Amino acid sequence: MAIDAPGVSSTMQDPRPLSAAQLGHDREGRRFRRNVWLTWLVLFTLLGVAFHGLHLDFSYVGQKLPFLLGLRLAPDGFIQGAALTVLVTICSMFFALLVALITALGRLSGNPVAFAVATFYASLFRGTPLLVQVLIIYLALPQVGVVLGAMTSGLIALSLNYGAYLAETIRSGVMAVPAGQREAARALALPRWVIAWKVIAPQALRLIIPPAGALFVSMLKDSSLVSLMGLWELNFLAQSYARATYHYMEMLIAAALIYWSLSIAFELIQFRLERRFGRGVVSAGRH
Amino acid sequence: MPQIPAATPSSAPAGRSLLTVERLSKWYGAVQVLRDVSLEVAAHERVVICGPSGSGKSSLLRCLNGLEPHQAGRIIVDGTELTGSASALGAVRREIGMVFQSFNLFPHMTALDNCTLAPIWVRKMPPADAQELARSYLARVRLASHAHKYPGQLSGGEQQRVAIARALCMSPKIMLFDEPTSALDPEMTQEVLEIILGLADTGMTMICVTHEMGFARRAADRIVFMDQGALVAQGTPGQMFDSPQSERLKAFLSQVPQGN
Repeated sequence: MAIDAPGVSSTMQDPRPLSAAQLGHDREGRRFRRNVWLTWLVLFTLLGVAFHGLHLDFSYVGQKLPFLLGLRLAPDGFIQGAALTVLVTICSMFFALLVALITALGRLSGNPVAFAVATFYASLFRGTPLLVQVLIIYLALPQVGVVLGAMTSGLIALSLNYGAYLAETIRSGVMAVPAGQREAARALALPRWVIAWKVIAPQALRLIIPPAGALFVSMLKDSSLVSLMGLWELNFLAQSYARATYHYMEMLIAAALIYWSLSIAFELIQFRLERRFGRGVVSAGRH
Repeated sequence: MPQIPAATPSSAPAGRSLLTVERLSKWYGAVQVLRDVSLEVAAHERVVICGPSGSGKSSLLRCLNGLEPHQAGRIIVDGTELTGSASALGAVRREIGMVFQSFNLFPHMTALDNCTLAPIWVRKMPPADAQELARSYLARVRLASHAHKYPGQLSGGEQQRVAIARALCMSPKIMLFDEPTSALDPEMTQEVLEIILGLADTGMTMICVTHEMGFARRAADRIVFMDQGALVAQGTPGQMFDSPQSERLKAFLSQVPQGN
């Protein structure tokens, strides 16, 4: 996981052959990382002890865990629990990316209509709560004759909402690539699509991935809103099981821990992508 | 790489005209940065453009390969007139190499990949051939052993030499240098100037904007002096530096270090 030390940022540095000072810096880096993991371990243990002190019914958690994780199908044969949460998130991610790319192109375009459509959409979906959007799509649209399934409504709401944020992230990443890069590429007579694909996109992606990763983690958690439409995802199941036998603490903590593990998995993927697109950039960070 | 016949040092600008600039004018909004500039550059000629900052030197250079549009006048590169059309732009840029003050190497590619990108995508060269070509030019700028490194791992002087190799890989007919050493400290300035001087000796046609007067004297067939967007005076380094006629040139020369 990328844990940034305060005040340490990635910069273009000139790594000459390793000096004694840099070797010392490496040793310091290892000590820093070790202490980070130790502190995490301590905090995690403290959290565990605190829960242990609550005398929770862990056997009930064990009994319901396969359902929460989605290892068993719902009575209607559809997937449920964490599996459904992941499915909703990944599908929404895909459509959000698609919408965001088109919107970012519109925002970067010189065409006034494309620019206006893109800014209008981004403003509308960033300026209204996701919950209200979910309810309008699922509850209000049927009133005018548009009836969408729970899954479809959820995907549409999440994709459109996150697409609006993601479009801004993509736009700012593209704008942050220095103008000299485009100029050098044009001076080499490179065709436009080669400039976009080989020169601008890889450099923009490096800047886009961290905030986009944060958006996707946030989407994972916001996917719990689709429970409002009766989809049996993780949050919905946890609440139902809790209500049935009054095991609120057990079920909600179990759900929280599953969400947390999923988020960590997403962050690990993000970290790998960051490394992949960080080639050529020498990090002054300690990790 | 094609062998270019070497021009004899200090020979008079001979050969056919490779670049013609006719009464070129350019505005940024209401500000006129180029005023009726006319310039003729022959094949194998080495031209150095000097002048105070804001005199339009870089703007002129950037118009020559269409990085900036011009509003009046004509630019003709090896028979192709630079109009707004994409095909003319492409044709001209394929024949003109450019080296920038801030290097502008692609930071996510190795030195070798920086050099092979345009030969592969513009010249449609097979990657293996492009790499062979790139390695030969990297060797020529004395960076053969740095081919696998990323720009961030190279010093400023080394980056600029990679940028020169990258431009040469397109086998340009004309090389433009836009203050190639202004971002470098003196030590690195020398290593880059040596490379450019070596290139001049091969007969490469080049136009160089620089404040390095010692270099200008050694490398140039002709010095062009610009002030306030206009071409004020031009002549051989001897005429320009030793017996300047223009008052503005005299004033400029008294303010810049003459170098060795």
